[in-house]
Amino acid sequence: MAGKLLVSTRKGLFTIEDKSGWQITDTAFLGDNVSLALHDTRNNYQYAALDHGHFGVKLHRRKPGEDWMEIATPAYPPKPEDLVEADGWGKELPWTVMRIWALEAGGADQPGLLWCGTIPGALFVSHDHGDSWEWVKSLWDHPSRKRWFGGGADWPGIHSVCVDPRDSNTVRLGVSCGGVWRTTDCGKSWDLTADGMRAEFMPPDQAGDPEIQDPHFLAQCRNEPDRLWVQHHNGIFRSDDAAENWTEIEDVKPSGFGFPVVVHPKDGDTAWFVPGIKDEKRYPVDASLVVTRTRDGGKTFDILHEGLPQKHAYDVVLRHALSLDETGDCLAFGSTTGSLWASKNQGENWTEICHTLPPVYAVRWC
Amino acid sequence: MAIVVFTANLKRHVDCPQSEAPGDTVAEVLDQVFAQNESLRGYVLDEQGGLRKHMGIIVDGTVIADRTTLSDPVSTNSQIYVLQALSGG
Repeated sequence: MAGKLLVSTRKGLFTIEDKSGWQITDTAFLGDNVSLALHDTRNNYQYAALDHGHFGVKLHRRKPGEDWMEIATPAYPPKPEDLVEADGWGKELPWTVMRIWALEAGGADQPGLLWCGTIPGALFVSHDHGDSWEWVKSLWDHPSRKRWFGGGADWPGIHSVCVDPRDSNTVRLGVSCGGVWRTTDCGKSWDLTADGMRAEFMPPDQAGDPEIQDPHFLAQCRNEPDRLWVQHHNGIFRSDDAAENWTEIEDVKPSGFGFPVVVHPKDGDTAWFVPGIKDEKRYPVDASLVVTRTRDGGKTFDILHEGLPQKHAYDVVLRHALSLDETGDCLAFGSTTGSLWASKNQGENWTEICHTLPPVYAVRWC
Repeated sequence: MAIVVFTANLKRHVDCPQSEAPGDTVAEVLDQVFAQNESLRGYVLDEQGGLRKHMGIIVDGTVIADRTTLSDPVSTNSQIYVLQALSGG
């Protein structure tokens, strides 16, 4: 078992380890809103995205054996004075980073390369471990980008970045709301790959429009990278052809609605979800917290609840708050009500690590 | 020169001592201050140079009118307070 978690919360960043029992072994940024963190396994650098509210979004980095230090924050370039920019609903779109919503390392052959997705929906890339950031203009300038609109947030955002294990220059993005995007040349050009997705929240004749889909999270299988999963606003979708086409998984019990998804690194048929009531209520069905798991590509689902609260549980698990380790055996997730659970056996049994954390935004094994 | 005072809550995140700087507008004065302390700029202004949404600036007792380009005039003896635009309880 990896045994070490990086937990981003409304009131700080927590390192939590299994040392003959789970314990908090490090805290950072106590009192501050940590929206996301990254442990870069290429060099063991850690990154923490902070949202100071009044004072804006910041990014910090910690090298092994050193303290956290503030580094450059991804930022939009100066907006042309005469430009009127609007999102897909026609609302004025500010050129200001309001949240860091995705933070991922590039491939092993791309040392120092980081990808960062933001709200409003822009993509940034760093080639120097976050010392500086470049705005990925090619994506911003794509005509379809102008149709993106906000889902749960006021503005559209990029929340998922999947670097293809076969080719680090191939990267896929999940956008709420804007579908799934792909580059095969490390960000020079982009195309949309959301065929087959369905958006019930749109008029019927637009429900299949790839540009307006709301994937809540995108996950790619490491050893079977043609297999991807999406937890979509409208349900669960699977791709068997590297995101070219998507198939809706229907009639998932207790619900197909949720935010996170993780896929087993060696077995693309196996994936986990945390369902909730679709979609305005957004808490566990019957206030009974469960994790769902498929082992057969979505034909059937196991409902996993051993060790999870089954009465009056109103935990919401956000899109970055479910994590699977490299072995594919150990899961952990945290909730907006400050609880954190882990499983060593693919979700069969769960251990409560803590129930007094601040609202949990993101969980990552490290 | 105008005097610039930053909210005490900002000190937890970045060095922001009371400063003096010349200038005819809020933008000019702050630019002088930030030139000496570049890391402070992004805590007060967004990347377009506008005042962050939940920040406020008061010059000699009056809230500034231009949050986008900070063109409000200041005098030699002005006192500029850079504050959190707090609301709620």
